[in-house]
Amino acid sequence: MATDRFPVEQGHIMLFARSVGDENPIYHDPEAAADTEPGHVIPPPTFVQASAQFTDGYSLRPVTGQPWFGSGKEPTGVKRESSGGGGGTGFHAEQHYEYHAPIQPGDVLKAVDKPGKSWTREGRRGGSLSFNESITEYYNQDGVLVVTARSVGVQTSRVVE
Amino acid sequence: MALSKSNISVGDQHSEQVVDNLTRTQIIQYAGASGDYNPLHTDEIFTTQIAGYPTVFAHGMLSMGLTGKMLTNYVGDGRLTKYGVRFVAQVWPGDSLTATATVEDIREEDGVSLVDLAVSTVNQDGAEVVKGSATARIDG
Repeated sequence: MATDRFPVEQGHIMLFARSVGDENPIYHDPEAAADTEPGHVIPPPTFVQASAQFTDGYSLRPVTGQPWFGSGKEPTGVKRESSGGGGGTGFHAEQHYEYHAPIQPGDVLKAVDKPGKSWTREGRRGGSLSFNESITEYYNQDGVLVVTARSVGVQTSRVVE
Repeated sequence: MALSKSNISVGDQHSEQVVDNLTRTQIIQYAGASGDYNPLHTDEIFTTQIAGYPTVFAHGMLSMGLTGKMLTNYVGDGRLTKYGVRFVAQVWPGDSLTATATVEDIREEDGVSLVDLAVSTVNQDGAEVVKGSATARIDG
């Protein structure tokens, strides 16, 4: 997901670490973090996924004034054909990270998308499975590559089960 | 706290329970922090009536994040150089997950000592939900 500006904020790191149940002080306490090997607050290893918060037009974030496929008055706010990630046909299959350089609060990252591979195979429960790889490189404000992320999504040709 | 060549061997294992009785509220916390607001994870009405699942389920990335806590506790802060997983099965509210790292190789690359780990996370029934690998810098 291309993101021009992903500001890395200490409070955001704390909330993200809490959400994965990790109370390690290096994720929320600058004084404790100063005594660690990195010497500063760092994010947990999967934190760059939260760049989605800063991605324009990210399809899994409601937009004020636009229909949303989750429930409100009705079980869904849109017709099923256009329900984005809903309907049970799209899944996150794999996620891989390579860590090249440290990240700390105050950094401003830029996420750049690179083309990935696509392949198809037959599923065990019928229908074909289409795999799509996407590669995202995260650079800091100095142009240093800090993380490479490789994500594999799978689409089923029909609803599973 | 970091691992060193002298204190680990191929075949060593480190396990932690990374969540006990996963709550819907924790899934909501993850949605809010990560920015992935897909209603499949938080919206029971949409998920049961429209998507056809028995209930909401955790983001794959929440399972990966929970598993990552075990890894960083084992290898030390800021030591990971690679971490990747396949999402093998869904994780549901009420699940309890145990994550395990197994030492596969201890090696040198460009003068840096590294450990390669196999990563596996299972639920309370022993079914694998996350399978992957990681590499971390260790002391020489």
